[in-house]
Amino acid sequence: MSVTVDLMNANTKGADSVKIRDYGDRALLLEFEGTDEVLAWSAAIRVAELPGALDVVPASRTVLIKLADTRYQAPTRQRLGKLDVAAASESVGAGEVKIDVHIDVVYDGPDLDEVARLTGLSADQVVAAHTETPWRVGFGGFAPGFAYLVGGDGRLEVPRRAEPRTKVPVGAVGLAGEFSGVYPRESPGGWQLIGRTAEGQEALWDVDRDPPALLMPGMWVQFRAVQS
Amino acid sequence: MSATLEILQSGPLSLIEDLGRPGFAHMGVSRSGAADRRSHTLANRLVANPGELATIEVTFGGLTARVRGGNKEGVAIAVTGADTDPAINGIPFGTNSIHFARDGEVITLGAPHSGLRTYLAVRGGIDVEPVLGSRSYDVMSAIGPLPLAPGDVLPIGEHSDEFPELDQAPVAAIEDDVLELMVVPGPRDDWFTDPDVLIRTNWQATNKSDRVGMRLVGMPLEYRWPDRQLPSEGATRGAIQVPPNGFPVILGPDHPVTGGYPVIGVVADDDIDRVAQIRPGQTVRMHWSRPRRPFEGGA
Repeated sequence: MSVTVDLMNANTKGADSVKIRDYGDRALLLEFEGTDEVLAWSAAIRVAELPGALDVVPASRTVLIKLADTRYQAPTRQRLGKLDVAAASESVGAGEVKIDVHIDVVYDGPDLDEVARLTGLSADQVVAAHTETPWRVGFGGFAPGFAYLVGGDGRLEVPRRAEPRTKVPVGAVGLAGEFSGVYPRESPGGWQLIGRTAEGQEALWDVDRDPPALLMPGMWVQFRAVQS
Repeated sequence: MSATLEILQSGPLSLIEDLGRPGFAHMGVSRSGAADRRSHTLANRLVANPGELATIEVTFGGLTARVRGGNKEGVAIAVTGADTDPAINGIPFGTNSIHFARDGEVITLGAPHSGLRTYLAVRGGIDVEPVLGSRSYDVMSAIGPLPLAPGDVLPIGEHSDEFPELDQAPVAAIEDDVLELMVVPGPRDDWFTDPDVLIRTNWQATNKSDRVGMRLVGMPLEYRWPDRQLPSEGATRGAIQVPPNGFPVILGPDHPVTGGYPVIGVVADDDIDRVAQIRPGQTVRMHWSRPRRPFEGGA
């Protein structure tokens, strides 16, 4: 059975159907069909506080559970089978959209016109598309505090820049593929930049804040256009 | 009186490390921590510290530090990992045992005979301010106490007497020839035309290796579906990612939390610390820790 077929068979919510792979001898990799299932399971695993689970890492189609010791691998597999994912997914409000974070953006990014050209929209329509549809934090990665936002307006799907920039400023708001995201620190980057977070916008990443990340998997995010 | 360690020379790379900061991976921060956890923990045990206190991880030797303060018998220290002919005021002392350095005395580490990383523990631990619950420096995220530089003065923590000290500890020698690693197959071994190339090849560690990952060269592995792209998925230390050039990268403690290259196998936890002692140019051989599942699908 190919990986694709496995994924297609995993479309029911029941714990029996989830495909669990060993990831070395101290982690398990769970495979799903899409972001909603990934987020529901991540939340359920977190709520369950499985013994020995140190990190729960959602990604595009998978959840990785990192364990404190090799001896937790087999028991964790069993415990996952008994997890009540439906209840947990209700507790995180799947199905209803409640905005957790608003992000104020000045839409004057250097790639705004290019995104308009690629999507066939006007610059104003790009801004409207980016702000009207709420986004959801799918997963993290790339840099501390960086969130891959999913579920936005499908018309905004654009390729990465052919030439990545060596320096993208902190607060830059970008698009790449199906994702949107905000750069939490200055770094190199290949995303199409359409704006920047406004003055006074709370930092995406702050090690002195608890939690340090503003955006965490499962949260709903809405962008708002401001003048400066 | 309270003691400090003044860094006189920091060598190519000296970092403060403990057992890392688990629990932040979903926010984009890896666990980090000592690359060779076993040597780090042993150094702590020798000076009667709990294993999670911070030590100095010295890559390729070259650290010189002066002890300031401490009581009459001096500050208890221990050096583990790669043997760098450690000395106090020029008088050599053995690795993997406890010693005392008095106020004003200078600890020096030379170049390692074999292996790569040496751990210097002091009783009470290196007591810098933790960041997100850990005193580890993460080279990828640049989180934690900065790499050591000459002139740094490091506070040494107060010691509690809860833990017994060890006089000397038996330690397996660090391999300077071929290093053999056990690898758990998958999760993406079926993304390769012939995954067993991994275990048939004499891999060579390159000098493009650091705490993020160790790059190997040898016989390139071929993707089964060159046009297919794996969606990003979570990663761990020891995961063997294979980018499109076919050369495996063994992820280190400061690896990216998610990655898009297929992971052909993951180094068994028991062998992960040994990866931290592989030197550039050294030969690495890998073995499946259990039979691979046969490939079940058509192409």
